[in-house]
Formats: sequence, structure tokens, C-alpha cells
Amino acid sequence: MSNNSAGGLVSLQKNVKQLRFEAGIRRIKVSQAAADLKTFCLQNAHKDPLLMGVPSSDNPFRPPKSCALF
Amino acid sequence: MSVSDWLLFLLVRSLSLASLPGSIPFSSLQVQPQPDAKMCDQTFLAITFGPCDSCGLNKPLMNIYLKNEPINYCSLCVELMACQGLATGETIHTLKAESESLKTKLEEERAKLHDVELHQVAEKVEALGQFVMKTRRTLKGHGNKVLCMDWCRDKRRIVSSSQDGKVIVWDAYTTNKEHAVTMPCTWVMACAYAPSGCAVACGGLDNKCSVYPLSLDKNENLSAKKKSVAMHTNYLSSCSFTNSDMQILTSSGDGTCALWDVESGQLLQSFHGHSADVLSLNLAPSETGNTFVSGGCDKKANVWDMRSGQNVQSFETHESDINSVKYYPSGDAFATGSDDATCRLYDLRADREVAIYSKESIIFGASSVDFSLSGRLLFAGYNDYTINVWDVLKGTRVAILFGHENRVSTVRVSPDGTAFCSGSWDNTLRSHSQVGCSSGKWWRWRLNGS
Repeated sequence: MSNNSAGGLVSLQKNVKQLRFEAGIRRIKVSQAAADLKTFCLQNAHKDPLLMGVPSSDNPFRPPKSCALF
Repeated sequence: MSVSDWLLFLLVRSLSLASLPGSIPFSSLQVQPQPDAKMCDQTFLAITFGPCDSCGLNKPLMNIYLKNEPINYCSLCVELMACQGLATGETIHTLKAESESLKTKLEEERAKLHDVELHQVAEKVEALGQFVMKTRRTLKGHGNKVLCMDWCRDKRRIVSSSQDGKVIVWDAYTTNKEHAVTMPCTWVMACAYAPSGCAVACGGLDNKCSVYPLSLDKNENLSAKKKSVAMHTNYLSSCSFTNSDMQILTSSGDGTCALWDVESGQLLQSFHGHSADVLSLNLAPSETGNTFVSGGCDKKANVWDMRSGQNVQSFETHESDINSVKYYPSGDAFATGSDDATCRLYDLRADREVAIYSKESIIFGASSVDFSLSGRLLFAGYNDYTINVWDVLKGTRVAILFGHENRVSTVRVSPDGTAFCSGSWDNTLRSHSQVGCSSGKWWRWRLNGS
């Protein structure tokens, strides 16, 4: 950080203001937050092609076959 | 008077001069030959020489921001201004003490809510089977390291930028190059596709972000229609369109992020809070969301409110530069990839880190991260040329992808989630997808050895 006292004062003030703001925000328990993350994952798992894979006929990135794609 | 007495006298005199307000010890004085101020990196104490905006005297100046406007005050005026803003009884000591006590209080509050780990909550979740990904396409054409890429919302086109100054728009299915632009600078570190698909934005060492409208006419020179939107005082590390083509969010090596209006090039909002280069940013996924997260070389990841410019949350648990930040698809969490060889997941509502993705065998930094559509998988590109795929809930690695011949610089999942693309310093981009199974049921997709 700066060793110049003037710059240090201004940045200290900003720091304290920011910390006061952050200390005041509302938080929930990790167990609840984690449960929500898990629920979101499981609910959307069936829609996730990278997770489940898509049938080869639907995969646009399948190796090109002999007939032209378009 | 003896020689030693004279030397002592000089020493005492120079020390007392140095303690006068407005005088700077010689070691930190940098006198520029020109009178106009030059902005330096925010990582270093910016000292330039010139007329002070407040008292008008020619003195060493400090570059500070008042209400988001950069101004140059001499150190005496900065002191006076700061003292005016102090409440009665506030001094440096009281502020420092309050700062320390607030930090401890924050830690305690966060620790109180830390009743369980994410992987414990996910114990009952069925484990992912053996994962097999295949490289589907290799996009060759860049003459030098690929630094950044972005998908178009049509799920098919990709824009990529490289060290040689070229920005190329590809069709990912056919590997054809549709457009190519040569930037006037090298190291184009940021590129982004507009939501409409009609323009791309890019920037890098030129300290600017430029928007190029893409035309259907292949013969048209795209550089002619170029529009300079953002101006920073150091390199552009990352850029992203907001929900429309009209606004761009940028982050820069000068330690700030900024929101710009594309049409007028006007600065709409700037975001100050990082104390070192900002390397990456990502917008919150929801339609109405107006927050974004940024990560930088100060090891911090900050969440910002776009309208007010306020830093709403800050996370500092990484041990080295944060190279990449990405929101979880639900918008309640975000992941980071860092030079300390770990990726971490931070939950916004619990206000703390909830998972670390690391292994003792991984010692190279993670340069880029992205989630799959459901958020169950985290794809991370590393400087040891591999891409690791992590199970977000359980914290375990489910696959490693080899293939690149140099460090992986960028990893992005396509908008429909069918594939992800990686760009690397080996001058190529590769798109990968899952080896498909014929049925759609996911528990049946456990490949036994094949």
C-alpha cells in the first residue's frame, strides 16, 4: 500500500466505508445455500447435453457423414 | 565544526525537510519532462509532476478519483480534503483500528453460518459415471496464440482473438472462417460477440475496446466501420456486451471496470475497488440482473451493482491472481480460476467460499473456467495444456482432456450446452462434446470401459 500519509488517509476512509457496508449485508447458512445449488443442478440435469450426452443423430458436432450437412 | 558534525547537520536537515507537508523524499520522486500528467498503473503509487487542480501550484501530484472523475491534487490538498471529510475524533489510528475490527467481525459473521460443506450436502447425490469427451472440430488459422473466444447466441458461430492481432469469426460446425479483422495492436486479449450476432467487440494492448459491425458482404473491409468505444489507461483484459448491443462492460489492467454506451462511446459507470489489474469479468445470467463479478491480480473477486457502481461483495481467499470468473447458471454463485492452481466456488447468499477444486497433482494455474448448462460440471483450462472437468457438487474431478499442445487460455460452453470450445497458445481452437448415448436417461449413461 502507499507509504504517503495523504493517499493512505483517503484510501483508509474508503476501506472503512466499504467494510461497514459489507458487514451489514444479510447472509444465509451454507447448508441452505448448498441445498439450493444441489436442487438447481438436479432439476436441470436432464436438460444438460454435456452431462447426459445427446443421441448421435441430434449432435451437430458428430463426425460429418457422406451426405452433405446442407 | 568537524566533518562528521557537518554531515550530521546535513542529515538532520534533510530529514526535517522531508517531514514537511508537500515535500517528498527524493527516492519516490519521478519528475516527468512534460508538464502533462501521465497515468500509471494503479498498482504503483502514481506520482506525476504538474499544476495542482486545487491550489494551482506546480508540485508532485496524486491521481485520485472524486465521484468517478479523475483529478490531480497535490498531496497537501489531498490531506486537507481528507481532513474535511473526517468525522470528529477520526484519525488514521482510529480508522485503522476500525478497519481491523470490521474485518474480524466479517470473518466471524461468515464463519458462524459455515455449518456444513457443499460436498457433504451432496453426498447422497448419485455420482457421475465415467466421462468421455471427444474433440469434434479443430479450428486452425490463427498465426499465433489464441487468447480469447466467445460464442454467438446462434450456438454456431465463434469469435476468437489472438496475439498476432487477428480477430476471426468461425462457423463452428463447418470450421469455415466467415470474417477476419486485423487489429492495429498485438495481444488482443478480449473479444465478445454481440447478442444480436451482428457485431463483435475486441481489444487488448491498445487500451481500447472497439466494436466491428459484421456485414454479410464478404468483400467489405470491416476495419472501415470500426467504432472505438472504451478508453482505458492500461490494457483491456476482458469485455462483454450487456443484454443488448448498446452497452459494453470492460475490465482493464488499470484496475478498473467500466460500462460504456456503444453508440456515443460515453462512459456510463466506472467501478473502482480493485488494487491491481482486473483480469476477468462476467455478467449475472438473469434477464433483470444488473450485477457482475470481476476478478483480478489482487486475489480478490468483487461483485458490483451496475447501476450504482457500488462494490456489494468481496471475496479474498485465493492465494494468487484470479484469471477467470464465471457465474453459476442460477446466478446465486460464481466460480473462479486462479494461478494458485485451484478453482473455487463462492456462494453469494452465504457470502463465502463453499468449495475448492484442487488436487495435489495439479500445480499449474487455471486460466479459464465455465459451467455446463445445469451447473453440475465445471470446465477449467490450465497452463499445463489440459482441461479438467470437475463435479461441482462433490468437488471431485471427473475427466481430464488432453490434446492441446500449449497452455489453454480460454474455455467456453456453447449457449445451448451441447459443446464447449477451448482456445490455446498452440494457435488452435477445439470444440468438444460428450460421446452420446442412444437413450436419454442419465443414470444409464455409465460407460463400462468403452
